[in-house]
Order: sequence, then structure tokens, then C-alpha cells
Amino acid sequence: MHLYNLTLQPPTAASQAIVGNFSGARQQEIIVSHGTRLELLRPDVQTGKMSTVIATDVFGSIRSLAAFRLTGGTKDYAIVGSDSGRIVILDYDPKTSSFVKLHQETYGKSGARRIVPGQYLATDPKGRSVMISAMEKSKLVYILNRDAAANLTISSPLEAHKANAIIHHIVGLDVGFENPMYAALEVDYTESDQDHTGQAFKDTEKMLTYYELDLGLNHVVRKWSEPTDRRANLLVQVPGGQVASSERFDGPSGVLVCCEDHIIYRHMDARQHRVPIPRRKHPLEDPNRSIIIVTAVMHKMKGAFFFLLQSEDGDLYKVTIEHEEEEVRALKIKYFDTVPVASSLCILKSGFLFVAAEFGNHYLYQFQKLGDDDNEPEFSSTSYPSFGMSNPDAPLPYAYFRPRPLENLVVADEIESIEPIVDSKVLNVLPNSDAPQIFTACGKGARSTFRTLRHGLEVEESVSSELPGIPNAVWTTKRKEDDEYDSYIILSFVNGTLVLSIGETIEEVQDTGFLSSAPTLAVQQIGADALLQVHPQGIRHVLADRRVNEWRVPQSKTIVSATTNKRQVVVALSSAELVYFELDLDGQLNEYQDRKAMGSTVLALSIAEVPEGRQRTPYLAVGCEDQTVRIISLDPETTLEAISLQALTAPASSICIADMLDASINKTQPTMFVNIGLQNGVLLRTVLDPTNGQLTDTRTRFLGTRPIRLIRVQIQRNPAILALSSRSWLNYTHQNLMHFTPLIFENFDYAWSFSAELSPEGLIGISGSTLRIFQIPKLGTKLKQDSMPLSYTPRKFITHPTNNYFYMIESDHRVMGPDAATNKLDELRKQGQIIDDEVVDLPPEVFGRPKAPAGTWASCIRIIDPVEAKTVAVVPIDCNEAAFSIAVVPFSARGGELHLVVGTAADTLVSPRSCSSGFLRTYKFTNDGANLEFQHKTETDDVPLALLGFQGRLLAGVGKALRIYEIGKKKLLRKVENKSFASAIISLNTQGSRILVGDMQESVSFAVYKPPENRLLIFADDTQPRWTTAVAMVDYNTVAVGDRFGNVFVNRLDAKVSEQVDDDPTGAGILHEKGQLMGAPHKTRMLAHFHVGDLITSIHKVSLVAGGREILLYTCLHGTIGILVPFVSKEDVDFISTLEQHMRTEQSSLVGRDQLSWRGYYVPVKAVVDGDLCETFARLPAQKQSGIAAELDRTVGEVLKKLEQLRTTSSGF
Amino acid sequence: MSSELRYTANTQLEHLHARYTGTGHADLSKYDWVTHQHRDTLATIVGHPTLTSFLAIADGESKGRIRFEMTE
Repeated sequence: MHLYNLTLQPPTAASQAIVGNFSGARQQEIIVSHGTRLELLRPDVQTGKMSTVIATDVFGSIRSLAAFRLTGGTKDYAIVGSDSGRIVILDYDPKTSSFVKLHQETYGKSGARRIVPGQYLATDPKGRSVMISAMEKSKLVYILNRDAAANLTISSPLEAHKANAIIHHIVGLDVGFENPMYAALEVDYTESDQDHTGQAFKDTEKMLTYYELDLGLNHVVRKWSEPTDRRANLLVQVPGGQVASSERFDGPSGVLVCCEDHIIYRHMDARQHRVPIPRRKHPLEDPNRSIIIVTAVMHKMKGAFFFLLQSEDGDLYKVTIEHEEEEVRALKIKYFDTVPVASSLCILKSGFLFVAAEFGNHYLYQFQKLGDDDNEPEFSSTSYPSFGMSNPDAPLPYAYFRPRPLENLVVADEIESIEPIVDSKVLNVLPNSDAPQIFTACGKGARSTFRTLRHGLEVEESVSSELPGIPNAVWTTKRKEDDEYDSYIILSFVNGTLVLSIGETIEEVQDTGFLSSAPTLAVQQIGADALLQVHPQGIRHVLADRRVNEWRVPQSKTIVSATTNKRQVVVALSSAELVYFELDLDGQLNEYQDRKAMGSTVLALSIAEVPEGRQRTPYLAVGCEDQTVRIISLDPETTLEAISLQALTAPASSICIADMLDASINKTQPTMFVNIGLQNGVLLRTVLDPTNGQLTDTRTRFLGTRPIRLIRVQIQRNPAILALSSRSWLNYTHQNLMHFTPLIFENFDYAWSFSAELSPEGLIGISGSTLRIFQIPKLGTKLKQDSMPLSYTPRKFITHPTNNYFYMIESDHRVMGPDAATNKLDELRKQGQIIDDEVVDLPPEVFGRPKAPAGTWASCIRIIDPVEAKTVAVVPIDCNEAAFSIAVVPFSARGGELHLVVGTAADTLVSPRSCSSGFLRTYKFTNDGANLEFQHKTETDDVPLALLGFQGRLLAGVGKALRIYEIGKKKLLRKVENKSFASAIISLNTQGSRILVGDMQESVSFAVYKPPENRLLIFADDTQPRWTTAVAMVDYNTVAVGDRFGNVFVNRLDAKVSEQVDDDPTGAGILHEKGQLMGAPHKTRMLAHFHVGDLITSIHKVSLVAGGREILLYTCLHGTIGILVPFVSKEDVDFISTLEQHMRTEQSSLVGRDQLSWRGYYVPVKAVVDGDLCETFARLPAQKQSGIAAELDRTVGEVLKKLEQLRTTSSGF
Repeated sequence: MSSELRYTANTQLEHLHARYTGTGHADLSKYDWVTHQHRDTLATIVGHPTLTSFLAIADGESKGRIRFEMTE
């Protein structure tokens, strides 16, 4: 077995975001790290929308990011700290639209180790140096400078290590142009390591340490170290330093130390100021809970600055410092607004706040005001004795605020993020769909969603109107060449033509010069200001002054097909002759003296647009009934001479020549593509060689069951092709690469570009008798998401064998269930407390639910209709129980009646896993599955984490035990048990009487149930311990597993062992066999192994294309969706592996991680080719491309074709 | 092997141990060994964004809090 790994959707989680002028233009941009991917986003200041400029896989894990700018520079650079053991400085090159590695300095081993720097990054605000630090001990300082040619230079590292110290955070101090200084939060553990009683650990102090980089002596000194609050977690830079022009200080310098419940201002030799972090005035809020600040941002404006700090509940606080020169007078804090909890906040100078959310969609907010003059209570350090520091160990009295909807911010844009995907299913449930959909349960807490992903582009309909009859074609046209928008819509019916004019309203017009008594074949705005209509009897050339020149076809012949552009017209007659017209310089349409006899009925014709600055396009493509396509010259010297011929497998139904940019073929100029749609629904895409007119590089794709119709349209001012079959597809260029994606919309019979004032970038289409005007808003996306809100974090969901509903379990830790919450509120009311209902009723999607102590759970079962994407019913789970597993079981004791069994546990603690009692709740389906009727619940001794229907009974993984239960009247009855699993059973799969048991820490074991002796026996397991997260049974002997560290691997059992076990009727043989390596008697063999870099949450064996091969599809926590495609032939394996080898040397990772060691992070990669790396072949410079292709004995086109073929035949993407 | 050589090898080893925290030594107590293990694990959790997310989802906390508690 050899697999090809391909990412269908890259991760969408944002682990960090930085802001800066990366392109060097005046506009600010944002770089977002998606963990293994860097994306550059550009917010449009006018519309407030974010657009992706580029996104690149880095083949490594990004741990930290920082932006810096050299003194006096206008351009920001990005520094990346990763797991490569290297510091990398990236520059965005707007010319090639790519990140360029300026410097890459190795300092340590690869991997996310505790003493190898890369975890924290801090830069000097003046861009003179950077500190990179590890979790423990190591800190390195690099000096940044520029050389004589103004290039960025980097020094060798200076060490600022402190042995036996854990580093919590580092930040660069703003000291103006004095020596750069860094502040670090450190804990020394030397003493607590010596003391086993833990007393020393308690007494350990957290130190705030200043490191000074002496630029003159070129070394780092520890300047100042003072104990600070023990529970400090974050440092924030405070502006400082003198402005060169005036004597004024920008700020007091120093840092804000964010601790639990408090914020302290600190600086060397300066007074401390402390304020409490205000907490929500919510009746259900746990008063003993502490709050920490999770992220912070400082913003400098002219002569002023402020901080926005975000608490772990998502509340933003505005912090200001009152200062007189370098002396701080007061530290003030007030509530600002509430936004989703962010991993990074970015403030743009144009007045936007970008929130890179920890989980779920990311947001761009616009500032309405800065909360300067509202009634929000402000807490100042001056109102506490000695600025809040009279007793640093005692907490300050709590400060409260009232949460409220957004007041200072408004949402400007939302970026969809599917992260975290907790569970998924791949099924085709939608009617009229030939490809399966991916259903995902995503999100965390109250912001959770259930999303349906469909392959295709989202379509936004703006107008839809019914027509009197069923038209067979539609066009729009301008009146003059230089018109901005279209003026007419022309509809062709079987017996006539209707012309509509576009104005304030769309209405029918008569006096346009078009013939309305016959159908139309083509419409064209021709020359400077004339219009052209081709109808079966002739061609009407309507001049600007409404005079009509008409060319009529000879007697007893008709025009069957026509193609036009701004200067040329070609028509095919029913006598299989071609007639060619060209516009002369006076605007007259002249017929070429000869007609070309084709010998076979012409079915389709196409010419390209006239290239800019030329008179004509030199090639005509003709599709004939004899299953050929011919290229015919339109060059004045060889007019109508045949150049080349291509045979087809079926008659052509439509042809379209278009000049489109595809950087994989030609980096600078558009390539001329001849697209040939066949009557059997297959599309051929060939490249027309501009020099000799030969057709090369043919690629095929099956589009649908109907004959294809191809239409050249304009998408974002670039040519694109709409291909209409039983599905509509769009072929367009996005970020210089060609994409081919279906539209998720009704089928069209015909379509055309549409440009009017209200929709300048639209398309118009007809489906049946309906006319639709629509836009395609999100180019470049391959999966369309439809989401539906959930109440709590989804855990698992399952399908029902007969109905179409999904059954999902949701549970949230540290959240009170609705019953418990109302009880508590009632109790408080009885005590005479006034409950602020407005605060209680705040929407939980935005504000979250009040945090409760550990061991409190809220949970429910939800029935979802995936077709309508709506909730059918919600069954709450009470008694502080949380649901962990779910299964539909046909109990044979009840005549195979289906029951839903939900595994729950009460008062569960996550770490270490414990509960007061586990339960198996049994429900009956009522109302065709739209509701559930509670039957009974069975106590268990541990948390049931996995359930499965097995031979008419229930198979349950309860903690370490695997059991089979039979249904009883009042309970489930335990029948068999096997308790020899290592930690906890988290997944179950079965086929026949074989059971695959996934253990939380010990990989997957093969077990078998032997009914005669009523035994559950383990007969094979894995040789390696694996922290299993997802398991899929590939076949009877093979299993695909995802583990917690981002690996996916395939294990197989020896066929002989498999047979031997099945042949043993009682299982006595297995029982008495000797165990091997302290485990089962047999071991599985690892066939393939690959590190994805994202935690895999589900694996499915599916076929994504109708009639296509089965592949493995996996979904990951951070939003990655990928596939593993088995190779069909040895030849392919050799070819692609060699290509991968070449790519490894050519394409070095942006973070400096070696691709091979990244993909073999924990275990060497085995029998899997990295398709993502191979596909970057398309982005390589042409010279390197041809070099690699030559080594492979292929042409560049062949390599690209192979890569595309691997992608499309397996996934259709 | 001459004793001199053994000696240099030893100093090299000691030097390496001093340089790379967590590599342990011959007289390592069980407590120390376990602490090192824990520190390695916690550093890995903080160093890999997916692991932080995983724990945050399981525990119903924010990633920032998980990171803080792990470092603490």
C-alpha cells in the first residue's frame, strides 16, 4: 500500500496574528499563523472586508510570530519562531506575491522542546534587536541592522540564558534609542526541585527580570530582577522613550504585568500601580473564580496610547496610564466591549480591530468610539491605598462591571473558520447531488456550530424573475465599446427574440434594430458602436444610427452555429460550410471571398477575444459531427486553412477558446486554452500552442450527465469559463492559478456575464423559464459552509440506519445546565437578592455562559435534520451528567427494534478522569426518529467513552473494560466483560465478530467475540503505544488510525493470523497462546505513516466522486480536511515519489523545517507521499520546473497533468 | 581505553548534561526524573497549538488559561 496525502481544506485556526506594512505600501496588512500555514490578509479600508493576498504552507509548526521595522524604514518584516530550531525573517514580496526568506539562523535542535528557543518572541520597538526564548532557560538575542546597501542584517546570537528557570513571557521594552531592553517573567525552580515536600515550590517567587542588550559592548546583561505577583502570566509593553524632536516623553516605559485578577504597572526604580481586573456582575458567576488576561494589544496614537486587554471570558478592557513625563500618576481600567476570546488582537491605524478567535470564526471590528465618555465605571490605582500596592499579597476588593452588547465596536467582516472540528460524517443526503457532503460538528461552548460542507462556490442571487416562455439562450451587451455597463439583455426563444433594456427597471424594448421574429444564435457588440445579431437566416449589423446592414444566407441553407468577437464573425451553414467575416477599418463587415467546406456538419465554433492591440485572433476551433475538433487559421495569409485536428471520444457540444493566466504553465502571459465540451458530459481542456496552432496538454474532466455548454464570462475583470452540464462549473484564475469548481446553485441552461450599476461583477443565467442574476462572492474557496448553531461543545454524532436524522451529543465542562441555573437563580431570589435579568439573558453565543467550578456539566442530545439544516428536537440531560458516547443499537431481544444508547457520567472530572458514576441511558425512537422516549438508565463504574451496536446487543467501552450488554426491562444487562485494556477505550469498530478497540494511550487492538464460550478475547495489538483519537476500519484486517500528535497511520493484521482466529470456534487457542511483548499474542504491522501536523478527530473511508475509488478522508481539530488516496500502479508511486524528492530539495520550508523530518515528526514517514509539497510544483519558476520534469523524463505539462489527475479523480476538487 | 580518555569523555558528558536540561544523570532520583518528564510533556503541550486546543475543548477553558496553567 502506498498513499498520496492531499489537503482539501487547510487549517483555519489562527494561533497568532500580527499587523504591519508588509508590502511596503501605505496600507496595513495582517499576517495570520494557522499553525502550519501563513496567510497574509489585507483589509479593505473602504468596505471593511478582508481578502486573502496569499497563503502558504510552511511544512513546520509556527509557534510565535512578531513584526518589526528597522528604524526609519517603511516596511515591516515578520520574524517566525517555529519548531525548526531556526529563527527566520520573512519579507513579503508584492511583485511575486510570495514570502521571501531573508535570513535563517540555526540555533538549536528541531522540535518543540523545552529548552530550544522559539516559543516566545519579543522585538525592540525600534527594530534594533529581537529576543527569542524557550519555555525554559534559553533566551537568545539577535541584533538587527542594515548594511551599506540597506539590506537587513542579523548578528550572531547573544545568550541571555538563566539555568533552572521557567519563562512565562517576554516582551521588548520601549526605551526609545537607549540600549534595547527586554522584560521576562521567570520562575526559578532550583530550590523546589531539591525539596520534595512542596514547601519550597509554594515559596518560589516569580521574578520580573530586565535584560539589557549593550549595543556598544555587544553583550546582554541582566539589569534588574524583582519579585512580582506569583500568578502573573503576561507582560505588555508600555510606550516610553523620548521623542527626538521635542524633549517630551512618549510614555513612562515599563511593563504591565497581567496577573490573576490584577494588573500591575512596573518599571525599574518606579512606583508600582495595581488595579483589579473588573469582573462580570452576573448572579451565577462563581465569586471564587479568578480571571486572567489572555491577550493584549497596545495602540499608540498621536501623543497618546491605550491598551486593550482581553480576559478569558472575552471581555475587553481599556487600560490607560496617566503620566507626567516619565512618572506614572494613575493606572486606569474600564470595561470596553465583549468579543470572542482571541488568540491575538490587532489594531489597525484605519480604525479596525482584528480578532483572531481562539475557536470559530474570526472577526474584523470597526471602532465607533474609544469608550472615552461613557458611563462605564473606571477603576483607578489612585483610589486604592498606595496605588493598590499597600499589601501586594492581598487581593484588592473586587471591581464589577455590567456586560452589555457592543457599544464601541461594530462588526465589519467575518472570516469563516471551521475550527475546531470535533466529529464529522461524510454522506450524500441532499437531493439532486452527485457528490457527498461533509457534515462537521465544530466549535466550542456556546459558539459551537453544525456545518455542512459542500464542494463548490457559493452563489449569491440578487434577482430572479419568471419569463413568459422558456428561453434557450441569454446574452447581455453594451451599446458602445467604451460603455461601463451593459444596456440590453437579449433572450432567444424557439420562435423569436426578446430584447430587454437595463435601466432603472428592466423592460422590453422594440426599436433596437434586432430581429424579433426569429431565434438568435449570437449577439455581439462589434466595432466602436455597432451591434450584431446572428439568427438562422442571416446576420444583422446594427449601426449606431439604427441603420441595419443585413447579410442573408443563400436559399435553402441556414446558419447552425456562430462565434463572434469584437472584430470577427464566423458562422457555419447547414451545408457544412464556414463563412468568415471581418470588420474593416471603416466599421464595415466584409465577407471573406471563399467559404470553407468542412465535409461534416459543424456542431460548435469558437474564436478567442481579439488580443489587445491586434486586429484579429488567428485561430478558429471547429467541432464537427465526425467527432473531431479542427483548428483553422484566420490569418490573412492562410485564411481558412486547416492547421490541426484532434479526434474526440464523442461529438463536441460546445467549444470555447479563452486566454487565461495560469502560473503553472506560463508565469507572465495568459495561455490560450481550448475547452471542448462533449455531448457525453466530458470536458477536454487543451492548450493551443500560439506559434504552430497545435493542441497539446489535454486534460479531461467529467462534469455531469448533460451535454456541456461553455460560455466565456468575466469574473473580477478576468476571463473565466462557465461550463454548464447537470452541474454548473466555473473555471477561473485565482491568485495566478487556475481553479475549476462547481457552483452550488440551480442548474443553468444558459448563462452570460452581466454588468450593471447594482451588480458590476454579476452573471445572468436561465434555468427553465426563470431568469436569474447572481454573483460569486468568494472566489478561491473550495468548500461552501452552511452552519447551524448548537448550544454546547459537540462531542459526537451518529446517523440513523433508516431515517435521515443525525443524533448529536453536546456537553460542556464548567458550565451549569439550564435546570441547575434556574434553580440557583430561584434560590438567590428567595434570599432576597435582586437578579439583573438583562445580564442573565445576554446571548450566550457572544458572552458565553457563566463559568462554574470544575465537575459541573451541561449536556444534551440533539436531533438534527441535515437536509434542512435545522434542529428537530433537543433532549436535555440532567443530574449534572455529561454525554460522552452515543450509538444506535438494534436489540435482537426486542425483535431488532432500534434504540438509542447514550453513555453519560455524572460529576466528571477531566484530569485525572473520574466520575461519581457512569450511566448508559437507553432511549426509544418515537415519531419516526424525530423524538426520543427515555427507557431506563444503567449504572456503570466508569465513564463509557465508546458504544456500538454489535450482533443485536450493545458493545460498550466503559473505562478500561469492554462489555457486551443485553437489553432488559429495567436495565441493560451485562453479559461479557474483558478488562485487560490499558487506559480507556475510546473507539469501537466491528465487522463480523471481530472488534477493533481503540485505546486512549495504547493504540488499536483486535478482539474477537466467541459466542459458544461467550468470550471476548484480544488476539492482536500494536507494537507501539499510540494516543488514539480516531479509528476507521479500512477492511477486515486493516485499520487507519489518527493519534493525538497529528499522525495518521495504517496497520494491518497478517491474513494467516486472521484466518486462524476465525477458524477457532471457541477461542481456546487464542486464550492459551503466549502473549508477546507484554501484550496480545499477535502484532499488527504498520503499512503507512504520516504526520499531518493537526490533531485528527475523525477518519472515514468514502468515495468523494460518483463512481470514483474509495479513499480515506480525515478531519482535524484545527480545521484541516485531507484525504489519503491509494496509488493504483507501481509506476505512479515511483513517479510521484521521485517528484517529491526533487521538490524537497527545491522547495525549502518557509520556517526552515526539513520537510522529511516534519512529516516524520514522531515516526519516520512511511509509504505516504506529501501531495501538498508536490502541488507546489505549479508555483516553481519555469526553469526549475523544466529541470525537474527533465529528470523525470516528462514534460512540465505531463507532470502537472498527473498531479491534477491525482487530485480530481480521487476528490473531484 | 586509557583512563585519560575515559576522563575526557566524562567531562564532555557532564558538559553536555549541563548544557541540555532534562537529559538526566546517573544519580537521578525518581522524583527528578518524573519532574523532568512532566516538564517535557507540558512544554510539548504549550509548544503545539493543536494540543493546547485539544485540552481547552476537553476542559472547557480558554487556550490562554490552559497555556498559563501548563507553564505554571
